Order: sequence, then structure tokens, then C-alpha cells
Amino acid sequence: MTKLCDLAKTIRSKNAGTDKITFDVIFSEPETYRRVVGSGAITRESMSALYRIDPARITDFVIFDPALAIKFTILRDRPSGSPGDGDIFGAQQYAPLLSLEIP
Amino acid sequence: MSRSMKMICPNGHLGFAPTRPGSFALGVQASPDIIAADSGSDDVGPVPLGSDTSTSPLAWQTHDLELMLLAARARGVPMIIGSAGDTGSNSRVDLYVDIIRSLAAKHGLPPFRLGWFYSEIEKDWLRSRMRSGQTVTGLDARPDLDDAELDATERIVALAGVHPFIKLLDMGADVIIGGRSSDAAIFAAPAIRAGYPEALSYYLGKVLECASFCAEPYGGKETVLGEITDTEVRVTAMHPDQRCTVASVAGHAMYERSNPFFEYVAGGCLDMSECRYEQIGPKTTRVTGPKFVPSDGTRVKLEGSGKIGERYVGLVGIRDPYTIANVDRVIDWAREQARDRFGNADYQLHYTVYGRDGVMGPLDPERDRPAHELCVMVQGIAPTTAMAEEVCMTGTRQMFYARLPDVKGTAGSVAFALDEVMRASPAYRWTLNHTVGLADPLEVFPCHIAQVGA
Repeated sequence: MTKLCDLAKTIRSKNAGTDKITFDVIFSEPETYRRVVGSGAITRESMSALYRIDPARITDFVIFDPALAIKFTILRDRPSGSPGDGDIFGAQQYAPLLSLEIP
Repeated sequence: MSRSMKMICPNGHLGFAPTRPGSFALGVQASPDIIAADSGSDDVGPVPLGSDTSTSPLAWQTHDLELMLLAARARGVPMIIGSAGDTGSNSRVDLYVDIIRSLAAKHGLPPFRLGWFYSEIEKDWLRSRMRSGQTVTGLDARPDLDDAELDATERIVALAGVHPFIKLLDMGADVIIGGRSSDAAIFAAPAIRAGYPEALSYYLGKVLECASFCAEPYGGKETVLGEITDTEVRVTAMHPDQRCTVASVAGHAMYERSNPFFEYVAGGCLDMSECRYEQIGPKTTRVTGPKFVPSDGTRVKLEGSGKIGERYVGLVGIRDPYTIANVDRVIDWAREQARDRFGNADYQLHYTVYGRDGVMGPLDPERDRPAHELCVMVQGIAPTTAMAEEVCMTGTRQMFYARLPDVKGTAGSVAFALDEVMRASPAYRWTLNHTVGLADPLEVFPCHIAQVGA
């Protein structure tokens, strides 16, 4: 098994407006990109399981060929910067993806 | 080659961190027709809009505006700023207008025309729209706006499209300070005004608005140059070590957006689903194929922030493994002491447990594996500063006295580096992430112009 962080060029998260956080996984090589897409390790279902959220909270899930990227977006549990929000920019929510195992 | 228009963008959020002057100078040498930057973001949370402040130091804002103003006036080309001062509120527009006037005086600049527009929305204006049956539509799963949520709002800005920028250029503005604006509109406006296709113009704005974030390797606050023709957009990194590649430019289309194919602005939607990207030089990528789908009528996005209360912050450390394993019981104990003290009064206590799930909260898959040492940030929020301080002090200090049944250390359950709580910004929340229809795209964006300089 290989970890996603060993295959992807970029793994990031960031606010998409005040109520959503979007995740980008970007690859350098088309073969690696196709391997990960084909592995089925990153899907709506697997991401809702990883982050332990209802699949309905994933508003967008896009396989984005021009950028060799997989992208998904989730609804926040509260708007960014509300008291108790630990990540106003949504910039550190990608960490669990790093160790995701790709068959 | 047919005609073209060149723009440089030095900074994706002007003022948030200083522009790097080296690549900016290279950009200016490339003879741009427009120098433009976005200065705003809702990323910074609801506090700056609610409290009508900037999140960036005045010195950094002045630094960036000075670089751009001197270069633009020396070349005699328009300088365009959108979303002044982080939020684009009226006071931030006035602040930037004042900075431009001061800089013009400081440098003895020859006369030029300074244009600006506002984008704050009066609550009563919005309320009368709602009374007359117009829906203020919620975005991103929010319900439509109701009176209670409007009442809870402190300040509202509307996101301008290209219209006020074009209007001010038509009025002869050499420098434009914009209120809250859609990022792409700042750059699209002069291109559309010059007759370039809307789709390419909006794409140009979309790719330039974050400056060097569309280049690689990663490096913020560096200048990029965009060039539009009647058939394509070219984007070039100005920093000697950065390149705009197919991957970096295409990848940027999805940055900070929920969907990489569509970008909504006042007046329509940019469809990037059939964009083609080609590397045409070591540092340059060409883009063709974006489409623009005009909407029926104009809807603008609204951002609103509402005050929750005054706020204090306390910090504690925990090292005892037993206490760490039971940190939620410690927090519950402190909460209970606050309830005993303040009853049903209007206050909030929030605990952020760094070393466990402080950053991710319930999204963290590893929250059952806390570190060997924890830091807990306590936020106390209440209607007055005195009460907020006491709420926060109760919620912080009572962690010291938490009664765990099997604790060995009975002289104090937590460590204090500071035996005090600290005044923080008042607490706000985003109340509006909505859209409203306009009768006229300039309806809520009044434009002004004045002569500046000796």
C-alpha cells in the first residue's frame, strides 16, 4: 500500500466562501492521477467516512482532468470564524488525507 | 498578432502580507496597460466586517498602495483596487481614498482623477425589499433571510460586478478604489470596457486575482502578468523562479472555489468546463475556450456580520496523562461552575483543545488519540466586557479545581503560563451569505470621482 502523500503533488484545504471548505488533491503525472482515481480510494463515500460526516455534507465532488486533480467540498458545521471554529481559513483540514492508503 | 491588453497583479489580497517588490518591478517593465489588485476576502472571518476594521496593518496597506500608485502614475495607466481594506465597507473605501491622497501629496504627483465606489447595504433598504415580497436567497444551504437574522446583523456589503469599475473608467478615473467586489470583476472590467469577449475577460480576472498562486513553485505575493486578446488569455509568472504551467493555471481554477468549472458574478456565470490549456513558453500558459452565460437580471451576493458579544480568552496547559484522558470531564466541570455562577444569563464558553482536536474539531479522525501534552484555549463571550472577563476567568480557572476521582496530583489539574485572561476582539458570526436581485447593476454601488494631486 502507498500513502496519498507519496503520490500527490498538492494536498490542500481552504475556505470556499463562509460556509464551505474545499479540498484539492493534485498530481504531477497523468498515470499517478489515473491510478488514484481508478483505485476508488477517494470517493464521496470514502471521504464522508474519513471525516465522519453525512455524505449530504459533501456538496461537490469533481474529477478534474485538466488539472490532474480530485476535488471535493464540504459544508462547515458552523460558518468560518464563529466562536469555537479552530480554523478560520479552513487551511489545515486536509491532514487526514496525507496518510490515506491507495491500493 | 491582433490587439491585446496586458494587466499585472502584484498581490492576491493587498495588505494581508506585503507585496514582493522584485517581481512587481519586472511586471512594470513588461509594460502593463492596467495595474490591479484585490484587497478583500471573507476568509478573514466575520470580525473585520462586523467591527468595521481591517485585518491588515495600515503600514502594509500603504506599502502596497504606494508601490502600485507610483508605478501606475509613472506609466500613465489605470490602477484598480477592489474590496478595499479587507472588507470593502464604506470606512475602508474612505481609508484607501485617504491613503491615495496622502501618497499623491507625499510624492508631489501631477494631477490625476481618483474614483471610488461604495458597496455597503443599509439594513432598512434590504428590509423594505423583503417587505415588498422580494426574496433574499440563502446560499450554501442557508435559509432565505428573515427579519430575526437581519436584526442580528451589524453590517452588510454587496459584491459588485464589473459595472461600477466600468462606470468609473468611463468617468475618467486614473485610480479606482472599489468597495466589496467579486475578485474577477476587478480585472474583467477594463477588458470588457475595451471590447474584449466577456468570457475571456472574466477568465483573465479569475486567473489573475490571486497573483502568483496560479504559478509554481508555490510562493505568495509575487506579480503575475495576464494578457488578453480577442481569442485567448496568456498568463506569465514574473518572479525569475516561478512559471505558469498548464498544471498550475488549471489547478488555480479550483482554488478556494467549491467547483472548478463555474464562477458566478453579478450578471452571469463563467463556465470553465471546456477550457483548454497550453504551455506556450517556459513561464507562460495560454487558455482558450471559457464561456460566459449571462443571467436574467442582476443578482448580487451579500455578506453580513453580526455581533455575538464581548470576548476574553484564557489558556491552560495539561500534562498529567490521567487528566488528559479525562479532559472533557475537566471542561464539563468548569462549564458547570460557570452555570452555577451565571445561571441562564446570555453568555457562551468555547473550549478548543490543542493537541487533540483543536484544529479540526469533530472532523478529526484521530481525536481519540490526544498528545502527551494539551493546550486548551477558553473563549468567554458575554454582553459586557466585565461579564465576558468573568465568564472566561471562571471557565479557565475552574479547570484548575476540576474534581477527577482518581487524580494523583491534587494541587491543581492544569498549568497556567499566564494567571489571567486576555481581552480579544468582540465575537461576531457570518449572518448573511445570500443574494438579492437589483433593478440596476449600479443601484447599490454609488460612484464618486475627484481630482487629486498638485
